[in-house]
Amino acid sequence: MDKTAKILKKPFTMTIIAILCGFLVAGIILSIAGYPPFHSLSVLIQGVFSGPKHISNVIIKSTPLILTGIGVAFAFKTGLFNIGAEGQFIMGCVASTTVGIVCDFPAVIQIPLVLAAGVIAGAVFGGLVGFLKARFGIHEVLTSIMFNWIALYFSNWICNLERFHKPDTIGTYPVNESSYTMILGKWKTTKEGKEALLSSDFLKDTILKTDVNAGFIAAIILAVLVSFLLYKTTKGFELRAVGANRYAAEFTGINVNRNILHSMVISGGICGLAAAFYITGNSPHGIATLAAFENTGFNALGVCLIAGSSPVGCIFAGLLFGGLLYGGQSLQYEVGAPSEIINIVIGVIVFFVALTHIIPPLVERFSKGGKKHAK
Amino acid sequence: MLSSITLFIGITLMYSTPLAFAALGGVISERSGVTNLGIEGMMTIGAFTGATVGYFTGSAWGGFLAAGIAGGMIALLHAFASITCRADQTISGIAINLIGPGVALFLCRLLFDGATMSVPVTNKIPKLFGSAGITGALKNLNVDVTVVLALVFAVVLWGFLYKTKWGLHIRSVGEHPAAADTMGINVYKIRYLCVIASGILAGFGGASMTLAIIPQFTPTAISGQGFIALAAVIFGKWTPHGAYGACILFGAAQALTVILGGGSFQVPSEILAMLPYIITIIILILFVGRSAAPKASGQPYEKGAR
Repeated sequence: MDKTAKILKKPFTMTIIAILCGFLVAGIILSIAGYPPFHSLSVLIQGVFSGPKHISNVIIKSTPLILTGIGVAFAFKTGLFNIGAEGQFIMGCVASTTVGIVCDFPAVIQIPLVLAAGVIAGAVFGGLVGFLKARFGIHEVLTSIMFNWIALYFSNWICNLERFHKPDTIGTYPVNESSYTMILGKWKTTKEGKEALLSSDFLKDTILKTDVNAGFIAAIILAVLVSFLLYKTTKGFELRAVGANRYAAEFTGINVNRNILHSMVISGGICGLAAAFYITGNSPHGIATLAAFENTGFNALGVCLIAGSSPVGCIFAGLLFGGLLYGGQSLQYEVGAPSEIINIVIGVIVFFVALTHIIPPLVERFSKGGKKHAK
Repeated sequence: MLSSITLFIGITLMYSTPLAFAALGGVISERSGVTNLGIEGMMTIGAFTGATVGYFTGSAWGGFLAAGIAGGMIALLHAFASITCRADQTISGIAINLIGPGVALFLCRLLFDGATMSVPVTNKIPKLFGSAGITGALKNLNVDVTVVLALVFAVVLWGFLYKTKWGLHIRSVGEHPAAADTMGINVYKIRYLCVIASGILAGFGGASMTLAIIPQFTPTAISGQGFIALAAVIFGKWTPHGAYGACILFGAAQALTVILGGGSFQVPSEILAMLPYIITIIILILFVGRSAAPKASGQPYEKGAR
């Protein structure tokens, strides 16, 4: 009994329970709507796991979500709710696209330059939110919402400038090829590259047919780095102290306002990095006119919450999120069920993640045989 | 000149109305101590239900009411999570924002043969002065009835919160639930009612978009208005009049961009479109200062906790 209680109280177990609940609710909704729930589930799973090509597509789709999720999680640890990830992501896209088009250096210089542009744009945008909170005490949610819209229109403005706009499209020119971050991007279009990759089925599927990019590797490295920064350094301790109790932190001599600013700069920078990898690693390698938000940043909030705002957890939560989004397409194609069911699944998972906080006290009460206990 | 002034007022009122409904909902929920981040999702559900019921029954007001009920029902989820289960209200709100549009688009595809847009309603919400007989500058002021309704709701909510016993109960629950509980006020009941009311109002806000401004539900009908309403709540310092005023300000800034866009200005339309948001931030820096939320907002209440 004690052992099961212990297992049930682990955050990991609770996340799994939440995920199962998400699928359960979606299954009920699907069967009410007249679609076979088990068949749908198997189509969804097949859509993701039926081949290396699909798995690498899931990774490609997940990468921006993971990176942005880490950014949001970072701010969360400092007690800040970075709903502005959407805007920081958009600004990162704008900056890396413009720099990628204007500059044309060899890849060794170009790639760091384009990535840096994205990071700086995101960091500046996130930093503005932090500055306004630290200096004027304006609620970060309020300014973030405004900055999201400013970013959206700014992106559309840049997109329609003559210098960047590709005629007869709704987007910009792609960035110069030297900034591409696809793995073996150039080599695989050459003759010997093609031959080498075709010789192995696995390599053919994963690398030749899809555009695997370096973003995923960067995401893993970053998750580890961010965890290290947060848990093993003095700075990380300060940031988390501000998040846990800003008054206590202030009392011990930690500069609260400076840490709020730093947290938002780093969080925004990570979102910008996500954007830079998105632009350099995915076609069309540019920005397009946005009619509405594309929700990368908002979905990242979901990723971060499913992960319990753990940077390493974001990798798995992002893969789950990306996998569901990718598998949802085959669900619509093969079963005919609207792919929006995926958004319901994700929403329900997040909802149950919120509810899982009641499990530990419940288990506690249960394992003590229902006896009332003094506090 | 007169006609551009009335046009300005007309657009201001039109744009601010869906926001005002939703923001008032946000105020009532936050005042009772429950942060409602899910306004966007509740508005989307309301927008979809309003347009769909309005289309199938042919009655705009029927659709409007149904939208309120649908918004209230999804708010019940938020209430259950954040009050009964003492869940993190931010997380629950974000979940509602994911579920709301998902459910709306899912049902839309089922009911309208796979399309993400509903069929336009035949009867929209009526105009204030009827549909015929008004010309000239006054035509711009012939706004939808929902515009007036939003103003009435704002006044009523202000009176309710500050001039009645129940309003005092709500505010005390939001500031210090334990003290309110000691006074014999049922904290859970009040919070439940307020969150549901907030969902109903958000639903109305959504429906006032899809039944009065545009005649149908589209995936972008509600795109961010819920968040702006949320911003208006904070901007208006958690008061009904403040939030309503903030919505009018957003509307006015939006109207300004429409009017300037039609003029001879050499400013790209995208830059003009940023104006409302930049103006808001500047006003915040200059006038509003440190925001002070209701003390217990966002904190679940546990009976007997110390």
